[in-house]
Amino acid sequence: MEKKAFQKVYTQLQAITKATIAVKAQGIGNDELAIVGGRLAQVVRIIGDMVTLQVFSGTEGIATNTEVIFLGEPPTLNVSDDLVGRFFDAYGKPFFGEKREIRGEKREIGGPSVNPYRRKQPSDYIHTGIAGIDLNNALVTGQKIPFFANPDQPYNQVMAMVALRAKVDKIILGGMGLSNDDFLYFKKMFENAGVLDRIICFVNTTEQPPVERLLIPDMALAAAEYFAVDKNENVLVLLTDMTQYADALSIVSNRMDQIPSKDSMPGSLYSDLAKIYEKAVQLPEGGSITIIAVTTLNEGDITHAVPDNTGYITEGQLFLRKDSDTGKVIVDPFRSLSRLKQLVIGKQTREDHPQVMNAAVRLYADAANAKTKLENGFELSDYDKRCLDFAKDYAEKLLAVDVNIDSTEMLDKTWDLFSKYFKKEEVRIKDEFTSKYWK
Amino acid sequence: MKTKGKVTGIIANLVIVEVDGPVSQNEICFVSLGEVKLMAEVIKITGSRAFIQVFESTRGLKTGNVVEFEGHMLEVSLGPGILSSIYDGLQNNLKTMDGVFLKRGEYTSPLNPDTEWNFKPLAKAGDTVKAGSYLGEVPENNLSHKIMLPFKFRGNYTVKSVADEGSYTVNHVIAVVVDEHGGEHDVTMVQKWAVKLPITCYKNKPRPFRIMETGVRIFDTFNPMAEGGTGFIPGPFGSGKTVLQHALAKQAEADVIIMAACGERANEVVEIFVEFPELNDPRTGRKLMERTIIVCNTSNMPVAAREASVYTAMTLGEYYRAMGLKTLLLADSTSRWAQALREMSNRLEELPGADAFPMDLSAVISNFYSRAGYVELENDKSGSVTFIGTVSPAGGNLKEPVTESTKKVARCFYALSQARADSKRYPAVDPVDSYSKYLEYPEIQEYLNETVEDRWHEKVAESKNIILRGKEAAEQINILGDDGVPLEYHDRFWKSELIDFIILQQDAFDKTDSSTPMERQKYMLNLVLEICRRSPEFENFEECASYYTDLINIMKQLNYSEYGSEKFMNYEKQILDKTGIKNNN
Ligand SMILES: Nc1ncnc2c1ncn2[C@@H]1O[C@H](COP(=O)(O)OP(=O)(O)O)[C@@H](O)[C@H]1O
Ligand SMILES: [Mg+2]
Repeated sequence: MEKKAFQKVYTQLQAITKATIAVKAQGIGNDELAIVGGRLAQVVRIIGDMVTLQVFSGTEGIATNTEVIFLGEPPTLNVSDDLVGRFFDAYGKPFFGEKREIRGEKREIGGPSVNPYRRKQPSDYIHTGIAGIDLNNALVTGQKIPFFANPDQPYNQVMAMVALRAKVDKIILGGMGLSNDDFLYFKKMFENAGVLDRIICFVNTTEQPPVERLLIPDMALAAAEYFAVDKNENVLVLLTDMTQYADALSIVSNRMDQIPSKDSMPGSLYSDLAKIYEKAVQLPEGGSITIIAVTTLNEGDITHAVPDNTGYITEGQLFLRKDSDTGKVIVDPFRSLSRLKQLVIGKQTREDHPQVMNAAVRLYADAANAKTKLENGFELSDYDKRCLDFAKDYAEKLLAVDVNIDSTEMLDKTWDLFSKYFKKEEVRIKDEFTSKYWK
Repeated sequence: MKTKGKVTGIIANLVIVEVDGPVSQNEICFVSLGEVKLMAEVIKITGSRAFIQVFESTRGLKTGNVVEFEGHMLEVSLGPGILSSIYDGLQNNLKTMDGVFLKRGEYTSPLNPDTEWNFKPLAKAGDTVKAGSYLGEVPENNLSHKIMLPFKFRGNYTVKSVADEGSYTVNHVIAVVVDEHGGEHDVTMVQKWAVKLPITCYKNKPRPFRIMETGVRIFDTFNPMAEGGTGFIPGPFGSGKTVLQHALAKQAEADVIIMAACGERANEVVEIFVEFPELNDPRTGRKLMERTIIVCNTSNMPVAAREASVYTAMTLGEYYRAMGLKTLLLADSTSRWAQALREMSNRLEELPGADAFPMDLSAVISNFYSRAGYVELENDKSGSVTFIGTVSPAGGNLKEPVTESTKKVARCFYALSQARADSKRYPAVDPVDSYSKYLEYPEIQEYLNETVEDRWHEKVAESKNIILRGKEAAEQINILGDDGVPLEYHDRFWKSELIDFIILQQDAFDKTDSSTPMERQKYMLNLVLEICRRSPEFENFEECASYYTDLINIMKQLNYSEYGSEKFMNYEKQILDKTGIKNNN
């Protein structure tokens, strides 16, 4: 970034912390960008003529006489088709030493919200082929939903699989604190699938400074808004890992002496996350932004402030867990939830979908109870035993993430299992469906 | 002359202003930023420095920018045309805003100035009137919207003239009144009121004594809400708070429903826009949207306006109450409002209370809930604001400041349980922990005796007891094993399951099951209790389980069938045959 004649330049820093610097300056706008000793920074507080800036790549080596150049505008992204098929860093600079800057119209990132009255109701079923999703937790365009997963689970793989199977016009990856290996995995996966004509990546890897991550979601979503609003396209945004994003937020707020609330996260965590997730939208002209994110958990703890606030914002969550009976990764039917599923199931899928889904999950829960009984050394009833057998089959033939079938097949398979293990009255489905589908 | 000021500090949406004249707490002001003016509210004053919270993004704001103070607090406009509106937290009309995106500094009029209303006078020249007296009325959807002497008017006035019956716009003068000193005042169909102040134009506020029917069985049968009562629904995410509130909004027996979508998902508000204009109000046959007002400040909208949104909604409720109407105010979620207070309090560097919430949180919540209530008006009519808020406790743990403060003031407690939600036992209201204090009011018990059945509350207590004993039996079975307990324990457990599955659980997405009229609730509770009072002989626990599972299955089908239909009768017969109960209808 070059210095231009009209830009304000200062060289007397008043304070330096690990993530922020303060300088005396006049006529500076809130949220404005600056270059501090060659590094990008953003105004976060102005008191009188004392301006505090957050330096994205950290302040190591910054001196009291380092040059501060104010750029006079908040962060922006150039948008056009020129974005497609390319990999960028948190500032929107091309990765892999590529020199060509993005051509296109300059847009502010982190812009305003859609008027709720102009929104349309999300209404298009997204097919993923994974029964733990399509059958039990159907996704809809315009939805926002995270995977809740422990760090050792293959969340990025499952997410990539979902992205590639979903029929969308663009896939935008926002990688935050992505390991270099995972980054290359995504890249390779996209290349192999031959979808470079519909992907765009903004990535901050673990090798790059953590605070830079704060720009990633806004960059990815500014690009998404361009394609969804200007071009009426269906855009899928993948954000991984939002826990790392939140960690970066806490670094900045703690260094600005804000009173931390739960789990040393800033008190504004809910609003900060909501601003990102609420960019998911079904637009009146037909475009949409769907957000699938990853929130990594600390040993499955969902009461931690990050997953907790996320759950209150997103339209459900998908839990990954390893099924001990089959050894396969499944989408946990108990704790997972898609809040928008009722908009499409039984409407864009077969009529018996809602009832079949509920009955299967209930029987799976009975199996879990039977298992507890068994572990406590009690004798199992005949019903208990049948539940356990059902559960194993259900996990293997439907829940496992490596199963890839369409929704009607999922329903048929579930009916198969019902009649194999149960009596009609144990399944408790409306008579009109049982008489039609019971095998 | 208006007080002016200059920006001297900016911390997110907290702005510090050096002022040149008097300012008051909660005064509204506008901050200039280029072409636009951003609305803000004074939240603290020290010397000549005013701390203001800006209701919009402060991106690009600079020190030195000019601020103009308005001399009044945040006010709403009250008049015909509020019903069916969709407002943001500051009462801007979202329908009339341009473009797909919200624009900073764009404020739209809450009432359409061009709509003509058919005015009919109710007062005449020479009448003595005071604040809240009805001067005339206009039809608004299917309600009679009373045009009142503005609430700001103090003391007695004499009516000088009232407009003739005819069509007028809201800003037309429809009456002239004379105060005690001979001063004349014009009255239009619109008045303004500061949202933070309660509207108190009523004679008195007796204890609630009537039930507000909701069609939700776990409310009406088990823990009834009173008309003019207060209640809250705490629960972790995904436990069903919003679905429950939407059910109440659709089904509750109220004249006006106000939904404050406070800091939650935009798509949930869209659901209301989409569904309510299509759905019928079963009582009037009119579209639900006709009786509904939406105040929406979703999580991505400016945080400071979130706090305003619940007050705006409450003020609208009080306004319709003053017309002698039953209003139901639903706020989802009051925790987001508390969090907005917390964000601001932290920026002000105030001494934090528990979980970094402001110290006075309890008082703020209690003041707000106390604005609800059943009132007797000066003209001997009555009206009510019933308030039900949701609470979103961090980590689902009810030991946190918002839940605890709310529990002190709200009379009904509908605790949603994670375990029930996980096993899809919706609505996930915990039958043991939840309560309605109204059920203990003698006047409510009397009301139930008369409107439902003599000694109804005793039957409710009986069924609650069955639930409790069933829970204890289940614990014993879990510890000692199926064979380790007497058969009677299984019987007890299954009786509580029967009540759980048939009365407590209710499918919010089924056309028939979603709403149960009181008449049908009475039938169901009687039938279920009749079954529970019997003790059939079983050979073993498996036979017991199978007896009740069968019964639950048939009775679920009964719940899904239209009351009194052929299908219904058919299932009823199956139940009677199976249990040996005689049909006594
Ligand atoms: N009464 C009900 N009947 C059927 N499903 C329900 C019911 N209540 C809640 N649910 C399910 O639970 C999900 C979450 O409910 P919601 O009210 O949005 O939770 P909360 O507001 O507490 O986060 C819904 O999307 C729906 O799938
Ligand atoms: Mg909710």
